[in-house]
Amino acid sequence: MSSPESAVADAVSVSGRPRLARHVRLTFDPSRERHVLLRPECVVVLNRTGADVLELCDGRRTVAGIVAELRGRYARVAEADVQGFLAGLVDRRCVVIEPEETDGVDRRCVVTDPEAT
Amino acid sequence: MNKPFGLLAELTYRCPLACPYCSNPLDLAGYRDELDTAEWLRVLAEARDLGVLQCHLSGGEPLLRRDLVELVRHATGLGLYTNLVTSAVGLSRRRAEELHEAGLDHVQISIQADEPGASDRIAGTPSFARKIEAARIVKELGWPLTVNVVLHRQNIDGLAAIVGLAEELRADRVELANTQYYGWALRNRAALLPTAEQLDRAEEVVQAAAARLAGRMDVVYVLPDYYERYPKPCMGGWAARQLTVAPNGDALPCPTAQTLPLPRANVRENSLEWIWTESPLFERFRGTAWMPEPCRSCDRREIDFGGCRCQAFQLTGDAARTDPVCHLSPDHEIVEDLVRAANSGARPRVEALVPRPHRAGSA
Ligand code: SF4
Ligand code: SF4
Repeated sequence: MSSPESAVADAVSVSGRPRLARHVRLTFDPSRERHVLLRPECVVVLNRTGADVLELCDGRRTVAGIVAELRGRYARVAEADVQGFLAGLVDRRCVVIEPEETDGVDRRCVVTDPEAT
Repeated sequence: MNKPFGLLAELTYRCPLACPYCSNPLDLAGYRDELDTAEWLRVLAEARDLGVLQCHLSGGEPLLRRDLVELVRHATGLGLYTNLVTSAVGLSRRRAEELHEAGLDHVQISIQADEPGASDRIAGTPSFARKIEAARIVKELGWPLTVNVVLHRQNIDGLAAIVGLAEELRADRVELANTQYYGWALRNRAALLPTAEQLDRAEEVVQAAAARLAGRMDVVYVLPDYYERYPKPCMGGWAARQLTVAPNGDALPCPTAQTLPLPRANVRENSLEWIWTESPLFERFRGTAWMPEPCRSCDRREIDFGGCRCQAFQLTGDAARTDPVCHLSPDHEIVEDLVRAANSGARPRVEALVPRPHRAGSA
């Protein structure tokens, strides 16, 4: 099983389970009409899709699961875009990727993603 | 125009410590007439309306304000992310629990050196043991902890031990920031500016620590800008991302801008919105139109914004010049001379420092 550090190095795998880092807050800013991520030393202003991705980052859903859910809402969702977006936030220490479970099955969110294989 | 992201709320300049690198103004007595609770509550609400998302409660020592818990509760109620910047003197368990209950998000504790003797000497008062105790309480309450150490000639050689201490305290972040020369630090500059050799060693320690602690503790290191080729992008640009409110209600685009010969803006007289969007003080160096050469035609002008206005004024007497730290500045030799003096064999490692007075304004 990989540690969170090696998950950073590996970028973001589709079977990883992203969640907000401890002490990071996702909130809506009415004055900018945008969602934002708050940390002691930075603010990340999010667009609508970014906020949608992060709202699904609960440490249980896998990246593949998140992509599948987003495809129910948006016409086009590229897995690579979601991975890239999350990798950027991992770099900025806003998101942590929980490693996949040892048996590799996510029982809370079983999805089949035809494009993933 | 951008909306500000951060408010530095300098609640008081009173402080139980007497750090010789303190960036508070020399004229501490001029700030005795502090905003009262109702005024701060209004400032916080106005800041939120203006778009502020983060509120750094600082000073001096913010714990000396009896209304701190109330201010924190109000700020978190408004949806602000709150950060307490403290020497930790006065952070008793009871006070910590009250602040935690009020919703305070993050605590940043300053430590002056890696061991009690040096730390207490620099702080000008026995305080090390209380800081350690307070840091433990912070972690026990489940807060994220930043340990902040201001580095200079007289403590930078203990950097490895400083990082070790932060690790032992289970800090989430350690901020190792070389002194910036404003306020009391400017007065003590000769005795604080490290040598190039000291900085080389520090750099090695920082790199090794950052690699070893990756994923466990963020290691943030700030070089003294006198040794950089380019100046720092001060405050992310004048009146672009942050604002400061001083204890007496003066609103400033940067915490040391009271040193500049510019019109004042005060929250007792004007709304924060007017101050941010229209006041001559905030408009003065906004954007790039004010810039002289070489900044005006430089492709880094949107990266570092010509550096720090306060430093330009302090070193050249003209706030609208290129920050002399920049190697392209026509005044760069001023900085080179200072660096040369710091590296001359004649200058001792440890010299007497002028402490800032304790408890400014209580006299
Ligand atoms: S004296 Fe030290 S602790 Fe007090 S405000 Fe200045 S730098 Fe901070
Ligand atoms: S000339 Fe001005 S804009 Fe260019 S790097 Fe130097 S300070 Fe920055």
